[in-house]
Amino acid sequence: MNKMAAMTALQNQILQEPFGEYSWILNLLFYGVFIVFMFYGQRIQMMVMLREVEGSLYKLKYIKEEGRKIAIETMKEIGKPQTDPTTRVDRFLEYFTISPQTLDPSGVVWKLEHILDVRDTRFKDEIKLMAPAADKTQANNLENTLEAAMALNYIYKIVRHFYLLGKKTLSLYVIMQLQMILPLVMREAEAYASALKAFAYGQPIGDGVGALVAAKLTRGYQTRKIAKDCIVATVPMEGRTAYVVKAEGPGGNVGKPGDAIKAIVEENEGNIATIIMIDAALKLEGEEAGEVAEGVGAAIGGPGVDQFKIEESVLKYHIPINAVIIKEDIGDAVSPMRKEIFDAAHKVTERIKQVILEKTKEGDKIIIVGVGNTIGIGQ
Amino acid sequence: MSKASSSTTKKISSFVLLVIFLTLALSLAALVLAINAFSLNNIAAYYLLLIGFLGVALSAYVLFQTRRRIKHLSIKTPSITTTVECEKCGFKSIREFKRGDYIFREVEPCQKCNENMVITAIYREVQEKKKKTRF
Repeated sequence: MNKMAAMTALQNQILQEPFGEYSWILNLLFYGVFIVFMFYGQRIQMMVMLREVEGSLYKLKYIKEEGRKIAIETMKEIGKPQTDPTTRVDRFLEYFTISPQTLDPSGVVWKLEHILDVRDTRFKDEIKLMAPAADKTQANNLENTLEAAMALNYIYKIVRHFYLLGKKTLSLYVIMQLQMILPLVMREAEAYASALKAFAYGQPIGDGVGALVAAKLTRGYQTRKIAKDCIVATVPMEGRTAYVVKAEGPGGNVGKPGDAIKAIVEENEGNIATIIMIDAALKLEGEEAGEVAEGVGAAIGGPGVDQFKIEESVLKYHIPINAVIIKEDIGDAVSPMRKEIFDAAHKVTERIKQVILEKTKEGDKIIIVGVGNTIGIGQ
Repeated sequence: MSKASSSTTKKISSFVLLVIFLTLALSLAALVLAINAFSLNNIAAYYLLLIGFLGVALSAYVLFQTRRRIKHLSIKTPSITTTVECEKCGFKSIREFKRGDYIFREVEPCQKCNENMVITAIYREVQEKKKKTRF
């Protein structure tokens, strides 16, 4: 209270001089503001937060609508459908996948794989109906475009849900949580927005740097299909035999590297000296895009099915597994490939050669896997 | 390729604009009155000056914020470069990306040796402003 009295006295002293007999108006204003903030401070804070969320929601709505528009336009342009695909696209954007029950985790990977396969088949069937004139590469690109539009639609709906819930319940904590994670959500939404056009045009994306390295290694060598949407080439490297695996390009596709590795390992009865996996990885703030790092383990993202299969295969025959990663942020990963990331492919090739020389001996067999979406990258 | 898309969500509400400009007009009027009041040595001049400045600052801030939001509402399409190379003679040409281009695609014959050229690179260049940090 003493503090407040001192403040009032100081204020009176300052204001009395220039405002003379009218200074009571400012006093009244001061008390008014004080009382308003005392009783309605939290509500005002909430309104400010809601306004901030509302601004981002406008932006999300715009991005989502643009995504839908791009998807429909691309579908019409490439697929040449006889009827308007708008209704089908709108229905597709609401598509959902229910993950398997994990109460009894045993065998959950196979259940998840089955559900993902069903989803993939369903998506491909839908694309065929929406875009009958699209070839395999274009159909894969259209599928990726629709998936990006779907992600944007989902993000918008979730943010809108919490915004409206916060507004309805006037719960500071609901709004506060939403406002706090919003910068990260917006970053992801912006990344998907730039991915949309890359997918629609079939441009290579940052995530495809692993596939790019593999494509550079297989260039000029005969390739064969090894697993669903995956190819392998037998390449002589530093006196060793390298089986270089990548997803089949140039359509947007990640393939099934888990199945490919398993097949090669079984073909060679486990006689593999080492496996080297190359993939794009999320960088931490402060790190440079295109930085190359080396480690051990199965470098592969996604739902985990392929990582599980790779780990099972290497464990069966105790094969050492090495990883080379190229660092990039989420925006770089799904948007057209940056020059720094493209240039990193050369550094990775050198690093692979170094690993081969250090970890294997002449005559050994090795597997090199370029992980990632091979959109815009042939072989 | 370097362009930004637009949409109806870009429009500012006419009501908001009306309120902003009304506040601005009233604040400017308050400033003019303040100048008059100063010449008459009236004490109300201080109040008018305060109201005028606050009003101008508030409306300018709101207008700036609205414009900033509009500026952000666009999806930028970056410029993508395709490098085409002749594997035989090494002739290299750089052009803008065209739909259907992909890395290792064989394209038009080389201008020098008539051998089919190959797309060897597709990328975008980003000019990043480096912020100075101690870490």
